[in-house]
Amino acid sequence: MARYEAMFERLNDANQGAFVPFVMLGDPDAETSLAIIRQLILSGADALELGIPYSDPIADGPTIQGASIRALEKKITPSDCFAIIKSIREEFPEVPIGLLLYSNLVLKRGVETFYQDAHAVGVDSILIADVPLREAESFIAVAEQNNIQQILIAPPNASDETLRTIGEKSSGYTYLLGRAGVTGAETAVEIPASELINKLTQYHVAPPLLGFGISTPEQVKSAIDAGAAGAISGSATVNLIAANLDDQTVMLAALDQFVRSMKAATVKG
Amino acid sequence: MNKLDTKFGEYGGMYVPELLIPALDQLEQAFLDAQKDDSFQAEFMALLKDYAGRPTAMTLSRNLVSNPKVKLYLKREDLLHGGAHKTNQVLGQALLTKRMGKSEVIAETGAGQHGVATALACALLGLKARIYMGAKDVERQAPNVFRMRLMGAEVIPVNAGSGTLKDAVNEAMRDWSANYDKAHYLLGTAAGPHPFPTIVREYHRMIGEETKAQILEKEGRLPDAVVACVGGGSNAIGMFADFIDDPSVRLIGVEPAGKGIHTSEHGAAICTGSKGILHGAYSYIMQDSDGQIEESYSVSAGLDYPAVGPQHAFLADTGRAEYVAVTDEEALNAFKLLARKEGIIPALESSHALAHALNMADEAEDETIIVLNLSGRGDKDLGHVINILGDDY
Repeated sequence: MARYEAMFERLNDANQGAFVPFVMLGDPDAETSLAIIRQLILSGADALELGIPYSDPIADGPTIQGASIRALEKKITPSDCFAIIKSIREEFPEVPIGLLLYSNLVLKRGVETFYQDAHAVGVDSILIADVPLREAESFIAVAEQNNIQQILIAPPNASDETLRTIGEKSSGYTYLLGRAGVTGAETAVEIPASELINKLTQYHVAPPLLGFGISTPEQVKSAIDAGAAGAISGSATVNLIAANLDDQTVMLAALDQFVRSMKAATVKG
Repeated sequence: MNKLDTKFGEYGGMYVPELLIPALDQLEQAFLDAQKDDSFQAEFMALLKDYAGRPTAMTLSRNLVSNPKVKLYLKREDLLHGGAHKTNQVLGQALLTKRMGKSEVIAETGAGQHGVATALACALLGLKARIYMGAKDVERQAPNVFRMRLMGAEVIPVNAGSGTLKDAVNEAMRDWSANYDKAHYLLGTAAGPHPFPTIVREYHRMIGEETKAQILEKEGRLPDAVVACVGGGSNAIGMFADFIDDPSVRLIGVEPAGKGIHTSEHGAAICTGSKGILHGAYSYIMQDSDGQIEESYSVSAGLDYPAVGPQHAFLADTGRAEYVAVTDEEALNAFKLLARKEGIIPALESSHALAHALNMADEAEDETIIVLNLSGRGDKDLGHVINILGDDY
């Protein structure tokens, strides 16, 4: 069974939602990044969403942009990122790992090569922030050939036509956008109307994880109460890295506490 | 699904976050409706004529060309209100903004010309404008920043990245992602996601249409070549559009070679030939071996952009248009020459095209008519040029 499906089955049996933190690979450097990701898993992250640093991240607010800049200043390349994932995968064979990145990094490596390399190091899913459904066809085809699940985004303003297509093509999970705008903890998530969640169910989309503006356990709980399969938190996680760049011990302790509190909020009932 | 082709061959497309797709669809629909709406067209034409000053003149250069076989005409977009061709399409998109019931306009600007054009159109039509501008450009284009603010626009300096046009575009797209309900993103060049390259071309195509009518009247035949500078490529596509189906007319785009296309300091995306996605479109872009976007460079802020509009990429590949690159130094020489010989101070952007047109004129062996799109005037560049040239002019 694919790792996401196994995770959702396990969580379902345990009556829990998923908590998925996002961090940028190579932020603030390759070695610390590896320690950060290990910490996230040990503290209870159900899956990981990992970014590859990019020069022009149009869907990201200042926090995630800052993470990209720190990693790029350390000359982190996509190959360095794959090496970090490989280490994580060897140590943690079960945790689902998703990549979240921008299209030009995929194109430059060659779409086929990129997906092959990602699969080879143990990546489960790929979400390309600037490839909407309308441009996704060729990427989905390559993903399927390489046992990668292409993650699709369901925005709050999606038409029924879009949701129907997501239902037909999504696998792994569906990234449910909690609000308009770019990534960032500054603007809080809006918990989607049950109407939208119902539509997602109706169109049989892959389990929706709510993201954008999630930074507190209360928001995680509300997301799951509203019917989301879990929540993704990027900027709040990255903020803890940015705030503790001079002391790795304090950074990892802060991440530990954060992930534990967010994970605790996924327990239903 | 889209009603218009979103691509030019393999180029173009809509590589944006899913969130922006409804806003782009709404824009495409509004544009299509407006194209068929006589009252919209009448209002657009009236603004172009009575407010902006179209048609612009076409001037035969008197002293610039020494080769007696060559006639070099200047299409005088520098005379348009606002000082550059930019005003054309901004008026069109500002009218579209109102048509979509939106009250705010987001824009990016490099040299400041698109920002100035946006500010004037928004002042005229009662729209609220906020304009993102790279912090470095805010410094080197201070008079234009003042112009924008004077006309009521908010100018927001962007410090992220290289602090130039590409970073301003990123920031404008981020703003739009949060505010598409009430704000239109008034993109300033023939690049970006569909439908922008098509809209911007259609709202600039009168440049070529007027040129064709004017040259037929003066010369009784089509020109041998039209020449225009290419950053994102809006003035060039406006000049080319009406000539694409006239195979006898060479279409020549001039990119900024900066300090030389073999250095790292240039903005010649087509001439250096690397493909990828930037700002929503697949096209020629400047990037490193991992796909990170490289910072472009040009003496001219308006050409300082590491990508090019997708239709230019297509015209280059099919061979219908030719693209060359001109260095800072050559452009500055042309800038001085036009001032000295014809009494016209051109924009540094247009000076690139002029430099190439002058080379063509020197080398021509047959009777040749060239039309240069003089896309803007050089007042905005004076501070910058004084710093470079000092007493050397």
